[in-house]
Amino acid sequence: MSSRHLISIQDLSKAQALGLLSTAKELARITDGPNKKLPTLRGKSIVNLFFEDSTRTRISFETAAKRLSADVINFSAKGSSVSKGESLKDTAQTLQAMGADAVVIRHGSSGAAKRLADTQWISATVINAGDGTHEHPTQALLDAFTIKEHLRPDAQDLSGVHVVIVGDILHSRVARSNVLLLDKLGAKVTLVAPPTLLPVGVTEWPVEVSYNLDDVIDKCDVIMMLRIQLERMQDSYFPTEREYARRYGLNTNRLSRLKSTAIVMHPGPMNRGLEISADSADDVRSVVVDQVKNGVSVRMAVLYELLGGAPINVEAGEKK
Amino acid sequence: MMRISNAKNVDGKIISLEIENHLISKITESNDIDEKSGSNVIDARGKLILPGLVDLHTHLREPGREDSETVASASRAATAGGYTAISAMANTNPVADTAGVVEQVYRLGVEAGYCEVNPIGAVTKGLNGEQLAELGAMADSIARVRIFSDDGKCVSDPLLMRRALEYVKTFNGLIAQHAQDPRLTINSQMNEGIISSRIGLVGWPAVAEESIIARDILLVDHVGSRLHICHVTTAGGVALIRWAKQRGIQVTAEVTPHHLLLTDDLVENYDPIYKVNPPLRTEKDVWALREALADGTIDIVATDHAPHPSEDKDCEWQAAAFGMVGLETSLSVVVKSMVESKLMSWSTLVERMSSKPAQIAGYDKQGGDLTVGSPANLFLLDPSAKWLVRRDRLNSKSKNTPFEGMELPAVITDVFYNGVQTISDSKIVPVPDSNSFNLNSLNQGKDLS
Repeated sequence: MSSRHLISIQDLSKAQALGLLSTAKELARITDGPNKKLPTLRGKSIVNLFFEDSTRTRISFETAAKRLSADVINFSAKGSSVSKGESLKDTAQTLQAMGADAVVIRHGSSGAAKRLADTQWISATVINAGDGTHEHPTQALLDAFTIKEHLRPDAQDLSGVHVVIVGDILHSRVARSNVLLLDKLGAKVTLVAPPTLLPVGVTEWPVEVSYNLDDVIDKCDVIMMLRIQLERMQDSYFPTEREYARRYGLNTNRLSRLKSTAIVMHPGPMNRGLEISADSADDVRSVVVDQVKNGVSVRMAVLYELLGGAPINVEAGEKK
Repeated sequence: MMRISNAKNVDGKIISLEIENHLISKITESNDIDEKSGSNVIDARGKLILPGLVDLHTHLREPGREDSETVASASRAATAGGYTAISAMANTNPVADTAGVVEQVYRLGVEAGYCEVNPIGAVTKGLNGEQLAELGAMADSIARVRIFSDDGKCVSDPLLMRRALEYVKTFNGLIAQHAQDPRLTINSQMNEGIISSRIGLVGWPAVAEESIIARDILLVDHVGSRLHICHVTTAGGVALIRWAKQRGIQVTAEVTPHHLLLTDDLVENYDPIYKVNPPLRTEKDVWALREALADGTIDIVATDHAPHPSEDKDCEWQAAAFGMVGLETSLSVVVKSMVESKLMSWSTLVERMSSKPAQIAGYDKQGGDLTVGSPANLFLLDPSAKWLVRRDRLNSKSKNTPFEGMELPAVITDVFYNGVQTISDSKIVPVPDSNSFNLNSLNQGKDLS
């Protein structure tokens, strides 16, 4: 990658994104073997700096780093100096002083990862593991990886794939990163949500927008359901949980209209019975578990490329 | 006696002017070069002479946040920016909602001696938007408050706004409204639009400003008082004010220098130096504001000078404070955005930055033409010179300027406040005690000068 950091999908060219996906595939192939661990990042120190609770993303990054033999430090904001009012700047400088080579940051404020990368607070590589309602680039990469593996394993990119993303687009960093990456890789994207959960500037995004899930359900190759936060109801983004589930949930009826070749995705954690019914989540077309598995491979690829690991085929050779 | 030779006034005439006993004592017009020289003569060849600027929107932070600015440091910043009068916003700690606080701020301004410091009183107690502050007591105090504002917060309750507009008629006051519907701007971080949708910051929609402007225009028309709209930022707000003025409704409006030059795409890197309330808008809005300032729909430029200490900007966007310092860059930014683009003449600039604000606020020693017998509040600037904005060279205690590193036109070289030189060769002059009043003269009110 040209940048030292991964903050936004915009940091990546199409070739770089595809390069990451093929590195991830190679790493997946190697670590599927009996020995899951590579010595590539031995001696490197990676900090998981999590200001928001996210067990899934944190353990995915932790697993990825450990499989590459890096040392991992988990820094969770709760119960730490951060909850005593320490600023992001001071926390960052503390990690710097401890010799972190990379900081994987999850933060509730959009732009926190970008600030960490742009300021002189630290010199470490910064990897955005989700910043507010801005971006979650490794989630988009793992989603693209999953789509490609299932629908276009031998193709150059995702041309011709129609992806429908359903739910709270307004507050979703997953949606923002996915729209950017899927567009870059040639897929067609349709966003489906009530107008209250779409940003006003969505008109300028490289997507189509629909308010009606039934209009697009039978036309897509991928349906990605976003988690709906129940507190949105209190803020009148939609009237009730049940009305949301009826109009925008993936239920049995809609599942039956989905193409047989289509895949069902969800970044997790799922609200079963709300945005996705149990039978949809457990359907043969659901690839939710693959997403989790691919997340580790993709994050390994990101760490590997950003932290300058030794050439991958040498490592692969050692394994054989 | 001080003599300024060969300066060009806004009409293009070359004049020489003498200052004595705080007043302009003599003006001569000449086509020949005035060759008088001496320590008390400023050769102003190639320079413009303008009446001192008047700001109706300045955050001085004292009392309460003296770490970010004091009345004295803001006064120095003001004089460096060509201002001979500023207006201290009420959102201090304690809030300027009593005669005691406004008199304290007024007194601090007099003691600083670099410019007039006119306190603005809060509309509501503690800026809480629930109950009127003692507007009459502030009006009757030695600070003679005429402008009332909850700036930083909107007087969002329509009934309270109506009452305030009615009440200040007693002493010909006016309400300066910070137009921001609070419900439409919960947690808002930046202009709501294409950029906010992409970078995931909570939007501050133009309609939150415009709906309050529309409501208040109708209210002031109904009760017949005076309304001033602070920091207009949107094309829609401009259209509403234009409509109101066509109907003869008594509304005036201000625009800040930063809203005349900067747009919301600067937010894209999340650098909180661009975090300001109301937020930077789009290019379309900037052009509407410039056009409105040129044609007088927007009456004046006001700085909304908002100092913040470095820790409140050297952080992530959401944790940062809203605001930018502006006193020292204001004139140059207006020259760049309005005069250099040929939208406005120098004489219109003087009207928008000196005479009209003085007239709106009733500052009778400010904003007048340069005439014999009028108070010597004036300054010289080199219109052809340029300067580089360097935060470390600002006189303000806080350095949160969005113009860092920018080359701006118009260099202010000399400033006179109340006949006393406060800036010489672009440097601050220690003000002699003669420009400060003692507390005895304070008790006789501002008319003593």
